[in-house]
Amino acid sequence: MEKLFLSEFPELSRETLRFIKKGFDTSYRAFSREYGDTIEAVFDPVLYFLVWFEKLLQNSPWPLVLICFLAIIYFGSRKISVTIGSLFAFLLIGIFGMWEDTMSTVSIIGVCTLLSIGIGIPVGVLMAKSERAQRICTPILDVMQTMPSFVYLIPVVMLLGIGKIPGLLAVVIYAIPPIIRLTNLGIREVDSEVLEAADAFGANPRQKLFQIQLPLALPTIFAGINQTIMMALAMVVIASMIGVKGLGQPVLKAITNQYFAMGLFNGLAIVALAIIFDRVSQSFGHRIQQHRSGARE
Amino acid sequence: MPEIKIQIKNLYKIFGKNPKSALEKVKDGVNKDQLLEKHNHVLGLKDINLDIKEKSIQVVMGLSGSGKSTLIRHINRLIEPTDGSVVVDGEDVLKMNDENLRNFRRTKTAMVFQRFALLPHKTVLENTMFGLHIQNIDEKEANTRARRWIDRVGLSGYEEKYPQHLSGGMQQRVGLARALTNDGEILLMDEAFSALDPLIRKDMQDILLELQDELHKTVVFITHDLDEALKIGDRIAILKDGIMDQEGIPADILLSPKTQYVKDFVEDVNRARVIKAKHIMSKLNGQDRDNAMFVDQDDFIDRFIDKVISDKPNCLIVKNKNNDEIGYLSTKRLSEILKR
Repeated sequence: MEKLFLSEFPELSRETLRFIKKGFDTSYRAFSREYGDTIEAVFDPVLYFLVWFEKLLQNSPWPLVLICFLAIIYFGSRKISVTIGSLFAFLLIGIFGMWEDTMSTVSIIGVCTLLSIGIGIPVGVLMAKSERAQRICTPILDVMQTMPSFVYLIPVVMLLGIGKIPGLLAVVIYAIPPIIRLTNLGIREVDSEVLEAADAFGANPRQKLFQIQLPLALPTIFAGINQTIMMALAMVVIASMIGVKGLGQPVLKAITNQYFAMGLFNGLAIVALAIIFDRVSQSFGHRIQQHRSGARE
Repeated sequence: MPEIKIQIKNLYKIFGKNPKSALEKVKDGVNKDQLLEKHNHVLGLKDINLDIKEKSIQVVMGLSGSGKSTLIRHINRLIEPTDGSVVVDGEDVLKMNDENLRNFRRTKTAMVFQRFALLPHKTVLENTMFGLHIQNIDEKEANTRARRWIDRVGLSGYEEKYPQHLSGGMQQRVGLARALTNDGEILLMDEAFSALDPLIRKDMQDILLELQDELHKTVVFITHDLDEALKIGDRIAILKDGIMDQEGIPADILLSPKTQYVKDFVEDVNRARVIKAKHIMSKLNGQDRDNAMFVDQDDFIDRFIDKVISDKPNCLIVKNKNNDEIGYLSTKRLSEILKR
């Protein structure tokens, strides 16, 4: 008896386990039936914006879109090499017939990044300001970053069905932690002597936040934004499983049908987008911290 | 008699988890080492009493760990005391609410920091305007006022530079300009020149004294350097392990040190450069004017010592600004003072 107890972990009976799981699922299903529509309605504005943005990119003449992209890339990075590289990347994408999917991906990545920034920075600020918020948020962020993304796709799909919004949510959940963490870190890393000086001159908390903490944390926050974009791109394939259009869908098709070339092309297109986003956001991040450059004169 | 600007009374600061209970023990006579060892609390300041006169430079001197930086931070309440009061212009700083405290810091005080504490992402001009921006003073006025002080501390032409591009001495000039632009009556200087090279430090001391002649601020100046203290202080307070050992004018501290600690401190000072005739004169007592030498009361000894050696007067007669004879100094006393 003793031996049996030690060699086999005492587990709940199959009956009990089934009961627990069933109870959980039933109540969640009830919840989603009850509130699913309301929650969906909340996201309507985001959906409208996303659809509008996607259509804008897809329906405008491609040379115009390309010129706009290159202009943004140039003014973001101020590097002619990055701009020319991007030009070739976009031309290749277009020639290989992936222009439309790429525009879908760009639009969803753009919206996800904006949402992540809009939610992530305030949450990060809150975490930096309050120890309690930090204690509550840190484990949640840990879960968001380590939970296999398929697992939280289940409740999202149960709640909202398949489509753009659940995909968007899945991407944001996966991609938002770095910006929250790095906003928090950036603000906490601000030199305490500088903050003391601000106190000594009578700055109130808002003045400290906007005139000192956020500007000084900006390089770190930018590293977070960069990470967020990269992670959003990495999620494109998984999001395509629940109906997000874009470069992920052909990849998914390639996996299920063993079309190696198709997978490779679309995969490379994602890589190209990632590199462009990364270079532009990094050099923009460097440029906003001019004060750090240059030696003493 | 000048007014008392800042009055610090029975100030205690204890760092640790339960400062209130530790306070009782300190008042019962537990000393710093025992407090740390047995009760795990650090005694920052113990029963500090200090009256700082308006328009004077009060130096607080001590070695690191003596509590001097803690003390200066009580004046604008960057640190909350455990017990005691800090009264500025009749108002208790410790009783102010957040809003009043901010206003007090914005308008009455300005602070200069040991490691400059400039805002790295702002230019020299923006740094100098910082205090005015905090007060929401309009941009044009802030700009004019800031430029005036940048010019005054000798940084014209550097307005658009970032602090990192300046040397330490220049950065501290920005710190000084920032504090002066704020135009508070009280200037708090926390080891403001300690991080600078000796030559630059001397420059900065001269700038401060020159400005003080004109501005007449109430300056609280923290330093660990006795020469600096003697040079700029109207009065000097000496702190050791959170306790004030002695407070007084420089000459008193040099001539009659109260504790061994102060004695050790002042031993190697060149007295001739610190002590003035008026500090060591005695009362006139019908001395013989034969072969006497006349000196001004505010002359340092080293201004007239060469003449004393060459002329060999019988005695020195001290005069005030109106040319009245106010005191007398024997050569014997003079040599005693210098010999020690």
